[in-house]
Amino acid sequence: MDPVAAKYIGAGIACIGMGGAGAGVGIIFGHYLAAALRNPSAAQGQFGNLIFGFAVTEALGIFSFVIALLLLFAL
Amino acid sequence: MDPIHQFQIKELFPVAQIGPFNIAFTNSALFMVLSVVAVTLFLLGATRGRALVPGRLQMTAELFYNFMADSLRNATGPEGMAFFPLVFSIFMFILFANVLGLIPFFGFTVTSHIIITVALALLVFLTVIIVGFWKNGLHFLRMFVPSGVPGYMLPLVVPIEVMSFLTRPVSHSIRLFANMLAGHITLQVFAGFVTMLGAIGLLGVLGAVLPLAMMVALTALELLVAVLQAYVFAILTCIYLNDALHPGH
Repeated sequence: MDPVAAKYIGAGIACIGMGGAGAGVGIIFGHYLAAALRNPSAAQGQFGNLIFGFAVTEALGIFSFVIALLLLFAL
Repeated sequence: MDPIHQFQIKELFPVAQIGPFNIAFTNSALFMVLSVVAVTLFLLGATRGRALVPGRLQMTAELFYNFMADSLRNATGPEGMAFFPLVFSIFMFILFANVLGLIPFFGFTVTSHIIITVALALLVFLTVIIVGFWKNGLHFLRMFVPSGVPGYMLPLVVPIEVMSFLTRPVSHSIRLFANMLAGHITLQVFAGFVTMLGAIGLLGVLGAVLPLAMMVALTALELLVAVLQAYVFAILTCIYLNDALHPGH
């Protein structure tokens, strides 16, 4: 296979990983919203945990994006 | 149009040549200085009056201050407040660097270069190690042995805990760097769509309205991300400091 073509295909495959992070972030915000609607008075206290979970999950998707960028521009 | 051209570091004027290293004042250094100057002017200006009933500027500064102070106190307890200057400086520096980078035609995002974020993350990482050993002595190593784990599981659990501790500066720095890089590349790609569509005639100009509207929305999203990532970096600093102060979960 042409190495340049393989590079672009690899970048595309690397981006699949972002789908998992998307599902994870959706689960975090969905569950936060569901819990916040059940008990709105407790919602504010969990905001820090929400952002922390979001950041940790989102980082994994960002990692696969970085791999895609490395394939496209750096290698 | 190359979407990563915007991250190029340009030399503004040379400072020194030490061996093979060319030390120069670059646009990256310029924007770091601008961020520090902006933070200093903002906080000095806001606290000059120190009114009992705060004005708008003082109100904004107190908002940032109380927000970070509450976050740190919640994460580490009252003894963590000794590290408030560190956490607040990191937060304000990243916040201003991110937001300055969003200004069109002018901005250069300092935090979109991994060398800057790695330096900040290593600062936090080394602070955690030094403070942890200083305050707890060898008890700091208890952090790697979770309580309630049966003895025969320890050979498996301890290496995992050590690995997860050692990868902290990596994920801490890449998260901020990659978020800023990805956001600015996305903006540049959509800007590329606008000019490409605009170049093909009247129909293209009509079509270019769509990516232009998308760019406005994305810029708003980027502003949110800029503030959120500064907060995330600071809150993770608080959580890591908590491990140094109270090892052993």
